[in-house]
Amino acid sequence: MSGTRRDATRDVVVVGAGPAGLAAARAAATAGARVTLLDAADGLGGQYWRHLPAERPADREGLLHHRWATYGELDDALRAHPDVTVLPSAQVWSLERLDSGIRLNVLVGEPDGAGREALVLEPDALVLATGAHDRTLPFPGWQLPGVYSAGAAQALAKGERVAVGWRVVVAGAGPFLLPVVSSLLQTGADVVGVHEASRLGSLARGWLNRPWELVGAAGKAGELAGYVRDLVRHRVPWRPGEAVVAAHGDGRVEAVTVARLDERWAPVAGTERRIEADAVCVSHGFTPRLELAIAAGCDLTPDRFVVVDETQATSVPGVWAAGEVTGIGGADAALAEGAVAGTAAAGGDTCTGAARAAGRARTRARGFAARIKAAHGIRGGWTGWLRDDTVVCRCEETTYGRVREVVELTGSHEPRSVKLTSRAGLGPCQARMCGRTLQELLDGPEATDVAPPTVDRRPFVVPVRLGDLAALPSTSRPSASASNPEETGHEPAF
Amino acid sequence: MTSYRVPAERDPVRPGADRPLTILVDGEPVTGTAGQTIAGVLLGAGRREWRTTTTGGAPRGVFCGIGVCFDCLVEVNGLRDVRACLRRAQDGDVVTPQGPEATA
Repeated sequence: MSGTRRDATRDVVVVGAGPAGLAAARAAATAGARVTLLDAADGLGGQYWRHLPAERPADREGLLHHRWATYGELDDALRAHPDVTVLPSAQVWSLERLDSGIRLNVLVGEPDGAGREALVLEPDALVLATGAHDRTLPFPGWQLPGVYSAGAAQALAKGERVAVGWRVVVAGAGPFLLPVVSSLLQTGADVVGVHEASRLGSLARGWLNRPWELVGAAGKAGELAGYVRDLVRHRVPWRPGEAVVAAHGDGRVEAVTVARLDERWAPVAGTERRIEADAVCVSHGFTPRLELAIAAGCDLTPDRFVVVDETQATSVPGVWAAGEVTGIGGADAALAEGAVAGTAAAGGDTCTGAARAAGRARTRARGFAARIKAAHGIRGGWTGWLRDDTVVCRCEETTYGRVREVVELTGSHEPRSVKLTSRAGLGPCQARMCGRTLQELLDGPEATDVAPPTVDRRPFVVPVRLGDLAALPSTSRPSASASNPEETGHEPAF
Repeated sequence: MTSYRVPAERDPVRPGADRPLTILVDGEPVTGTAGQTIAGVLLGAGRREWRTTTTGGAPRGVFCGIGVCFDCLVEVNGLRDVRACLRRAQDGDVVTPQGPEATA
């Protein structure tokens, strides 16, 4: 890109086409940049606006979404703009730091397909809008078919019109459980209960503290009110201070055990009860997708989000970040941050009225994120529901007992050595599911906020087929440091 | 009781005409609709598990649904290690559940 450039127009690459990335791409194009918007999925919208594919038009699809019209506007604007290239099905598999800037290695084509088209991008500016995925704490039986992350239930409902079951239990922590319930109800499933780990005291302290600050977040309050209406209309019981502490079944979920939790999320003995269910959806928060930010060398906050300034610039020149990689603030924040990041990345003026309005929206959303953490943040007592035979690493089927045994045998609390001995975190998901859990089990819950980002470092963002690696031009083959299997935690290629 | 595709006549989003497709799963025909992922076709047809784990030989299907956990891997038309939750099904796809003999 920069090599063939004949004018002063800046090339901006935006990675991720959720609310933040869409807003960033539009703002960058408006500010005069030539924009390439990449997303690994074959449709735009990210997880927030995950929707039916073009082959399945539906008259009233907007029922499943919030701000659906905003998505339509962004999508139309980007597709119509002459200086915007929208590139779906584009998986960035590695990021290299060059003296001249950043290089992205991309494969374009069907997911996990063989012989995808290789693309190398060296933009003037990069906006990372890679989002986040659900985080689920392990519990006995969570590996059974029929146990899903809450995000899976929602993705299947919105993107497939598939219900994960007829009798569904929803559990975990955070306001995100509520839209999941609404999505499930819109599939006709019976949601038999929502079990929120945080107790009323924590919820009140998080949400009712300085309530005047919430006035500005009226859009979000309205959205939440809609979800609560759904709960009431369908008589779905919402139970704070409870968790699914086990799933049962012969090869698939047939029932769960729910228990009350204390203030630290430790299960209270004697409060267990069994609930029949054919599906369980559990999420305890989100994990930002940090691979590209870490590969670029971006500084992270103590609780491991990308550090950005008021223009969404990261600590690395030429790299901006927006959306959930900078903090879990929801779609309003993502749209505002994306707009600021895109403008700044294009070299535009971020002191305009619109940019200041975006800045205010971002500040409000940050307050919201802080409340979510105060009210719903993971508390260390959850390890009380683990048993020695509880699977911690889903890929390698490493149990909690095995992890403890390795720690005792080797005397090491260092994630890398425990991973290599126990194999936890070495499977195909590259520790995305268990990495942070493993780190917390090794460090103790109180240390989680100061942990180094080792478990989030993945020089190969996704596994790449050997054939595709071999077919790449030599300039875009990974450097030796990037292919160290200890670093990737997984053989990089299938 | 298990997973299912929302029947068109009861779906509040009012879907357009169904364009059925059939994939072969372990030689058995499974019907879905155009635009679904392989995982969507399987779950929509009530199949929740298809992979068998390498170490414990345990059944697995979809967990994260968005391409992060790699639990739903299948072989598609001879190509192994394809995430079923991401790959759109094509009429006639031959899908082979992956067993303990391989992954990565």
